Amino acid sequence: MAIEQTLIERLGDELYEAFAAGVTIPNLRDRVEGITIVDAYHIQACMVQRRLAAGETVLGKKIGVTSRAVQQAIGVFEPDFGILTSAMAYPDGAEIPMETLIQPKAEAEIGFVLKHDLKGPGITPADVLAATDHVRACFEIVDSRIDDWDIRIQDTVADNASCGVYVLGEDKVDPRDVDLALAGMVAMRNGEVVVTGAGAAVQGSPVNAVAWLANTLGRLGMPFLAGEVILSGALGPMFPVEPGDQLAMKVGGIGSCSVRFSGEKADA
Amino acid sequence: MLEQAAITTIADIVDEAQSNGHTIAKITDAHPGMTIDDGYAVQDELLRRWQARGRELIGYKAGLTSRAKMVQMGVDVPSFGMLMRDTCDAEGGVVPTTGLIHPRVEGEIAFVMKQELSGPEVGAQDVYDATDFVQPAIEILDSRFEKFKFDLASVVADNGSSARFVLGGRPRRPQELDLSAIGIVLEINGEPVAFAASGAVLGHPVEAMRMLVSWLHTRGQSLPAGAVVLTGAATEALPIKTGDAICARFQDMGSINMRVD
Repeated sequence: MAIEQTLIERLGDELYEAFAAGVTIPNLRDRVEGITIVDAYHIQACMVQRRLAAGETVLGKKIGVTSRAVQQAIGVFEPDFGILTSAMAYPDGAEIPMETLIQPKAEAEIGFVLKHDLKGPGITPADVLAATDHVRACFEIVDSRIDDWDIRIQDTVADNASCGVYVLGEDKVDPRDVDLALAGMVAMRNGEVVVTGAGAAVQGSPVNAVAWLANTLGRLGMPFLAGEVILSGALGPMFPVEPGDQLAMKVGGIGSCSVRFSGEKADA
Repeated sequence: MLEQAAITTIADIVDEAQSNGHTIAKITDAHPGMTIDDGYAVQDELLRRWQARGRELIGYKAGLTSRAKMVQMGVDVPSFGMLMRDTCDAEGGVVPTTGLIHPRVEGEIAFVMKQELSGPEVGAQDVYDATDFVQPAIEILDSRFEKFKFDLASVVADNGSSARFVLGGRPRRPQELDLSAIGIVLEINGEPVAFAASGAVLGHPVEAMRMLVSWLHTRGQSLPAGAVVLTGAATEALPIKTGDAICARFQDMGSINMRVD
């Protein structure tokens, strides 16, 4: 049973205000009896609307909860999505001000940039490849406005799929030139390998996740347009970041990406 | 360092456990003063016996090649073990696991050498120049220690948990690949279950090769032409059982299929 529109708006406001103030709030699922995933997307829309009202623009979408391990951990069998806005985008090699984030973690992903609109349902992985201008290595810095990352699917969806900020690598590759399911990922933190992974960790292939998104957006009547950026999901486990951390990653056959976080390392 | 008599006793225990497929307590329980070098002395004794039985050494394997495992074990170099010709199985076939205790599989990159390589500090280019080709490998591990509980000296004495290995897929010239980021996906019975990249091994598998040659040099040995080297697990080690179909897929290097018997 869906929850009241007034409650949806109130929770969207609460999440936006937590984001703007850089604080966390208690999870929603224990406060709102019967909250559904559909309710959560409505809350997300309210939260994102507040950001757009503050002058941000939509640049694309992120796909989350794409690995079997994460799906099992939060009790779902499909991915989720959030909205990428202009305030989230940083260039390759940038320094991210730590004070803009609350409890950040890093994920290494493959980013897609579309050259044609995708209108689901009925979109196949081949349609996605044909509509893709290029793919790039990217870091997604996820963040949660929920206390201690204590999230289930409704909590993270409402919180704009735990979007924080993202960094697209400069190298651009035509998807015809790389085996996306087998693209290997190595992520380094302060010069040490911290995680590795491969494309198949994302729904069997990142292109499948993008097709899922196109079909989901199509059912919801939401646009998915040429020029949008899609972060397709983590290729390996996410890992925490701290002030002063320097991150670098490489995706085999695609390219590299790096980012650093402001501040001094605690032990430096 | 343990006395030679103790080394012989430990070799008896490991040899017997490997031959008959049963578990043993970790060696350091009975020999708390045992060092990593003692572990390699046990390997030397095992090799002497195996060669006397007609078995042939065809290469080496590196283990504990991830930074996380090294930190966990408190070491800064990988461990090394011996590869015997009769433990190599063909791709596309059946890998016998009768007699193995708790077998696991890992995906990794193998180097096959065309020239001898030796010296205290060979460079990555030296390794490439001496390499005939690299190719995908599946290693089947089987620790003889109860519940996979061991310390470094014990696992070295157990020949680095080596059991069997399969080479296959597409041989490639290492110069033509970026070996720091080859994606590796392990599938069991059609389900993708482990996802990694080759950089999980010391950032680049050629580092394991360099460390192996340095280690051989300290022992007055070289890496001979023709040798096969398994450079260390990129993926986690996954338990397998009889009847499982295993597929390891490598970015730009093809794949290996095997069935567990």
